[in-house]
Amino acid sequence: MKGILRGAVRAVQPVFAGALIAAAFGLQAQPQDVLAPAGPQAAHIQSLWNLTVVVCSIVFAAVLGALVYVLWRRPRADISALPDLSVHMKPESAAMRSVGGAVVASVLLLLLLIVASVLTDRALAHLSLRDALHVQITANQWWWEARYDDEQASNVFTTANELHIPAGRPVIFSLRSNDVIHSFWVPNLHGKKDLIPGRTATLQLQADRPGVYRGQCAEFCGLQHSFMALRVVVESQAQYEPWAQGQRQPAPEPNDESKQRGRDLFLGTSCAMCHAIQGTDASARRGPDLTHLASRQTIAAGTLHNTPDNLARWIRNPQQFKPGANMPATNLSDDELKALVAYLVSLS
Amino acid sequence: MIQVQDLEPAPAPRPPGNAVPPTQADRDALEHTWRDPQGFVGWFSAINHKTISKRFLLTTFGFFVAGGLIAVAMRLQLMRPANGLIGPDLYNQLFSMHGTTMMFLFAVPVMQAISIYLIPLMVGARSVAFPRMNAYAYWVFLFGGLMLYAAFLLNIGPDAGWFSYVPLAGPEYAPGKRVDFWAQLVTFTELSALLEAIVIITTVFKLRAPGMALNRIPLFVWAMLVTAFMVLFAMPSVMLASTGLIMDRLVGTHFYNPAQNGDALLWQHLFWFFGHPEVYLIFIPGLGFLSAIIPTFARRPIFGYTAMVLSLIATAFLSFGLWVHHMFATNLPEVGKSFFTAASMLIAVPSAVQIFCWIATLWTGRLNLKLPMLFVLAFFFILVLGGLTGVILASVPLDLQVHDTYFVVAHLHYVLLGGAVFPLAGAVYYWYPKFTGRLMNERLGRWNFWLFFIGFNLAFFPMHLLGLKGMTRRVYTYPAEMGWGMLNFTATMGALLIGASVMLFAINLWRSRTRGQPAGPDPWGGGTLEWATASPPSAVNFEAIPVVYGRDPVWETADHPPSRPEAVAGLATTAREQLVTSVLDAQPDHRQQFPQPTPWPFISAGATSALFIGSIFTPWAVVWGAVPVAIALTIWFWPRHDETAVNVALEKSA
Repeated sequence: MKGILRGAVRAVQPVFAGALIAAAFGLQAQPQDVLAPAGPQAAHIQSLWNLTVVVCSIVFAAVLGALVYVLWRRPRADISALPDLSVHMKPESAAMRSVGGAVVASVLLLLLLIVASVLTDRALAHLSLRDALHVQITANQWWWEARYDDEQASNVFTTANELHIPAGRPVIFSLRSNDVIHSFWVPNLHGKKDLIPGRTATLQLQADRPGVYRGQCAEFCGLQHSFMALRVVVESQAQYEPWAQGQRQPAPEPNDESKQRGRDLFLGTSCAMCHAIQGTDASARRGPDLTHLASRQTIAAGTLHNTPDNLARWIRNPQQFKPGANMPATNLSDDELKALVAYLVSLS
Repeated sequence: MIQVQDLEPAPAPRPPGNAVPPTQADRDALEHTWRDPQGFVGWFSAINHKTISKRFLLTTFGFFVAGGLIAVAMRLQLMRPANGLIGPDLYNQLFSMHGTTMMFLFAVPVMQAISIYLIPLMVGARSVAFPRMNAYAYWVFLFGGLMLYAAFLLNIGPDAGWFSYVPLAGPEYAPGKRVDFWAQLVTFTELSALLEAIVIITTVFKLRAPGMALNRIPLFVWAMLVTAFMVLFAMPSVMLASTGLIMDRLVGTHFYNPAQNGDALLWQHLFWFFGHPEVYLIFIPGLGFLSAIIPTFARRPIFGYTAMVLSLIATAFLSFGLWVHHMFATNLPEVGKSFFTAASMLIAVPSAVQIFCWIATLWTGRLNLKLPMLFVLAFFFILVLGGLTGVILASVPLDLQVHDTYFVVAHLHYVLLGGAVFPLAGAVYYWYPKFTGRLMNERLGRWNFWLFFIGFNLAFFPMHLLGLKGMTRRVYTYPAEMGWGMLNFTATMGALLIGASVMLFAINLWRSRTRGQPAGPDPWGGGTLEWATASPPSAVNFEAIPVVYGRDPVWETADHPPSRPEAVAGLATTAREQLVTSVLDAQPDHRQQFPQPTPWPFISAGATSALFIGSIFTPWAVVWGAVPVAIALTIWFWPRHDETAVNVALEKSA
């Protein structure tokens, strides 16, 4: 039965206009893609999607087919044609049978979809959670904080806007918000879950295919909702372990004069009022933890690639790239900025 | 000391009644009695339902154009990645204004506006019930809309979306007055909508022509009756919600503040308990238009009248049971999710029943493919596609992926434009000759249709794909590396085509007023009562109220036995007298004297608006603002000697 269904899905899918248009535009796999699952949950959803699209396409074709037939075959009349009142006199049993049959068919198809949907929902909930990784996500206007929990307190570490997770191992995300409602969504891995202030939600998922997947806040959350992205790096356990180990370390000590100056600037100006760097006196939590900033691919929640140039431009005037962001512009001299960036780039 | 003479004025002679068929003297007297007064004050005193309806329609069309221009601005910003045309602050105002305008200032009121013109004509009445309240509802609506746009032009337009989720719309994250204007706009429009619902329900229940039993009411009237009941049940929920929001913002209550044991999710439940029925109270009038247009152009009565009525009612009931499908991502218990999935999918059944009945009507009819029918055919294409993506959204797992993405933007535009705006455009082409006495230009109309149809699909189909590619809603821009540029560019081109088509439509509306081909009373050969009167109808609609023996009275006149009465004789020609009939069978019940034109509904609406707008700035406005409202309403309802005298004369003679 499943095989037949899958065969039918494969046979009819090209009919779906979306696929045709997608082909016409030459779209290929992109950083966020519902239909390119990288884990069991997204895959379950994709199977349900395929079934639903096939059923819907058939219904759509049937309704339009009937309509085209009517337009093609039925006689024409103009207003001089007297209205046909004979239908009041005799029951239209043929039409009644057709309409009744169509209604019954619709109900059966809908029931099929309801059952498929509920079964998929159940499959999503039944992810095995053995040996799961626990990550607490806290959403802020407009960035993500991630705290990797561990039974050993010394193993807990915090990072921001970029998660690494081991392939094949389930992850339990606890989701919280510090301000307004946000929504956590990495399309290639799972559906979304809202982060509502005053509540904690959980999302369980597993990624099987290594790669870098992009996620984005999906609930409108204010001025910079557009630039509240996160990256999920899925890698083998062998690659994940050293990364996690690295994240647990305090920031490396500056090893030259310029970096030394950069760190002093960081601690002596407004930077330290919002950001934390483990191993220094900076421990504020209002902005992302920067202990291992240099290990991330992007800055400002996916707004810019993490290059020294971008970092300098960002620090000079964040409002140019992310108007409304809570980080103010700085009035450091070129020299000072260079030193600060040199220090930040060393935080690997 | 009560003066007895005041209660019992000297008996006046009974005003003369109309003859059947009405004489020229009857016509002249009735026209004089029922028409709106002339002059400057007269303009503000108008209460004739056709006058109010035309103003209402024009106003909603103005808001539609404004909301559309805002949409074009958004599309230009999204046309290419990392575009710098519009910044986030303005963009957030734009999409909030677009949604608010289209939902509160266009889609719901335009349906009520057109129905207060058509319903009295379709049920054979001389007026809507409560004509002064009808005028008041219009003015309140106008003032509310003007307030919102004044705020927007002053850069204090709402910026938390048309749904204003808390806490983003709460006092902490939306300081300033922007969201307050939004919340008060809700108060304005909902007040107007509730009053219109009362007008519509009472008109349909009590003012139908004798003989028009419930099972003979035109389907459009049924649709509007169902819609009006839905308004009564849905709107209080959003008024409650928005009042709570205003109080949180203005006087420091904590309904929605989790830090003080309030709840952010409470807002979503209240809002969507209104918000989902809202969609259907836009869609159901659209179904009504189709049920009016299709039989006329298929040259036969509708197939499955009873099933159609029951489907409308079933849709209305079910629509209150599926609001949670807007909240699937908020961590719900499993049982709840399954229930709302099932309810959300099964609401497709009554819509399917109607679609099948229309197809059956066409299948067994003879087709007259005039302009309104083109829009009906487009409905089948667009709405069915939108309905099917709705089935996708009803499924929890699928919704978790596409919720809050452009897939939903595509879906809701397919449903709302396909289900309501295309039928509405068809309805305007269909009834414009009734409103003005002239047909709209067919050539321009066909250009309008094809530009609209092609532009619509170009604009919104790619959005399905954008959603699947992860483009979330309400983003003011996106990086080039996301690969969304091409599809967005296509969508923007489609939006521009829609803009061009709306411009053609406006030109057509304007030019056809004077240059259109004269229509005569019944240009399409329709069967319902509005086609039995002149185009445009006289101030009184029907000089003699018709007696109804079937569902399509105009079609069924031919085979009347001569002994049956065709119309009602003896209603006053020099007083505003209307026949009131029973709810079920429309048996004549009594005669009702209708009120005279007066500027006080206009003045009362002004006072009400001052109260609403004042309370944005200080809670004390609720206190001092109530004084002018009370004074204006008192004068509005104060009985006048001469009117009382006529009333008594009519009662005594009956």
